[in-house]
Amino acid sequence: MTDTTQRPARRSPIQFGDPLFKGLTFFFAMLVLAILTGIVSVLIIDSIPAFKEFGPAFVWNSRWSPALDIYGAFVPLIGTIETALIAMLIGVPFSFGMAFFLTEMCPHWLRQPIAVAIELLAAVPSIIYGIWGLFVLVPIFQNYVEPALISTLGPLPIIGHLFQGPPIGIGVLLAGIILALMILPFVTSVMREVFAAVPAVLRESAYGLGATRWEVVWRVVLPYSRVGVVGAIMLGLGRALGETMAVTFVIGNAHRLSLSLLAPGTTISATLANEFTEADSPLYTSSLIALGLVLFALTFFVLAVGKKLLLRTPATGGRT
Amino acid sequence: MNTPAAPSAPAPVNLARRALIRRRHRFNTAMTVVSLAMTAAVLMTLGAILVTLFYNGIQAIRPSLFLESTPPPGSEGGLANAIFGSLVMTSIAVAIAAPVGIMAGTYLAEYARTSKLAETVRFINDVLLSAPSIIIGLFVYGVIVLSMGHFSAWAGIAALAIIAIPIIVRTTEDMLTLVPDSLREAGAALGTPRWKVITSISYRAAFQGIMTGVLLAVARVSGETAPLLFTALNNQFWSTDLNAPMANLPVVIFQFAMSPYEDWRRLAWGGALLITTAVLMLNIIARLSAKGKRA
Repeated sequence: MTDTTQRPARRSPIQFGDPLFKGLTFFFAMLVLAILTGIVSVLIIDSIPAFKEFGPAFVWNSRWSPALDIYGAFVPLIGTIETALIAMLIGVPFSFGMAFFLTEMCPHWLRQPIAVAIELLAAVPSIIYGIWGLFVLVPIFQNYVEPALISTLGPLPIIGHLFQGPPIGIGVLLAGIILALMILPFVTSVMREVFAAVPAVLRESAYGLGATRWEVVWRVVLPYSRVGVVGAIMLGLGRALGETMAVTFVIGNAHRLSLSLLAPGTTISATLANEFTEADSPLYTSSLIALGLVLFALTFFVLAVGKKLLLRTPATGGRT
Repeated sequence: MNTPAAPSAPAPVNLARRALIRRRHRFNTAMTVVSLAMTAAVLMTLGAILVTLFYNGIQAIRPSLFLESTPPPGSEGGLANAIFGSLVMTSIAVAIAAPVGIMAGTYLAEYARTSKLAETVRFINDVLLSAPSIIIGLFVYGVIVLSMGHFSAWAGIAALAIIAIPIIVRTTEDMLTLVPDSLREAGAALGTPRWKVITSISYRAAFQGIMTGVLLAVARVSGETAPLLFTALNNQFWSTDLNAPMANLPVVIFQFAMSPYEDWRRLAWGGALLITTAVLMLNIIARLSAKGKRA
């Protein structure tokens, strides 16, 4: 009898709120998936004309000629990978050195301020790095660094090829260096978090056995956290590959394949930033979107690997 | 340390051992110095960026910067239209992204938790979080600009909102996970329906953290340039029409810095200083409020 009297009372509007609220949150969570699906499908659909015209050869064709309406992704693709690699070659050792300093050597009172400063620098918009590179680093490179590189490394066999041509400042090398500066704070702070998550017992036991500071980091901390470190590097690489503004200012936007790091080049994102609004034929636009698709595939892969690696460590450190 | 002398080992072994120890310590000192030098070099370079930015930017700061619109080359002017455009687009974008992101984060933290679906959403969200922003510009171009037939502030807002959503999802989820389950259980024990538990217990406990996420999203979005290049484009004039191209600080900085005109370059520095100051301030405020919460 209680059943029949209670039923109507339980169907109050308050009960109705539950499925509604859950449904609402579910809908917005699905929206996140929808955004990614949308991005992928729009990129694919809009790049169909380019792939129809040029076939898969679009990716390795090095010709990019808006005048003849012929497009190939090879030069910007190589430029993207080249600048990102330079950035990693410079950025990773420096990040490691800084994380080493911050977790092992830095006096405690100084640790937090430096860590915060580095995290704040990671938040500085990339256009700031770009404008600084253009107005400050380009003249320095043009007048001092590049002439020095050309005269010292230029005559060497093999690697000499990388340092040929006139010192004009703008070029692949400078773009890579700006990128390195830009990803440094980010990679350092992730690496520092991963290092800090290594159990103190491990560290202390190693010190107790008489290991030096470097040995503790190189043989205990690094092996323990290597997965997280690789994850941090991959996230940095993902950023370096997709970065637009820091590169566009200083790379020179030249669709020319050159062995020299001092020559102007281009990356996918710089090409997009420079040419997209000027694209006057449908095939041109479609080719640019196809470039975007190539870039997205590349960064998606790198970021996915980085994320997976960081998730496997106890310290997710993934505060990107 | 003055430990009592160990039982004396044969001399040659001892010598070899000492040499090894010396070598290890020398290497350790070398690496220590290297890492110290690296840290100093990086911090100094990054400091130099801020100093040049401040030095060059401050010269452009004058009342006209905030009162006049972007000038044609060779004449005086300011950035009023770009500042206005940036403020409008950033605030509308975050106003759209905040409810979406908070709701999605709520689903992950309160309902789905460790389900397969939640893992997928979380993963996709993390990828979106660091996806190249220029790709998001391309996406919005394909969806909005092409179908409308022209560039518009709305397209820029959409691009910025898509960049802001993953940040808010992430922080909301993180902050809600920090709320202890005993609070939720206490609410449930009083007969409170789930949605009410979430809105008046979880949200209240995590309020500061969620707001921090929103602030960080504002900071990130206000410096974004690439996705605006072919969505909102730029506008030489003062415009309040969201259906038309709209000026915004990042794109103006890009165009003016790349130009050969001295006046334009000075304005670019001024704009860069404004953006950096705003972004750093927002980050510091977010950090302080998050710290107050954690303590």
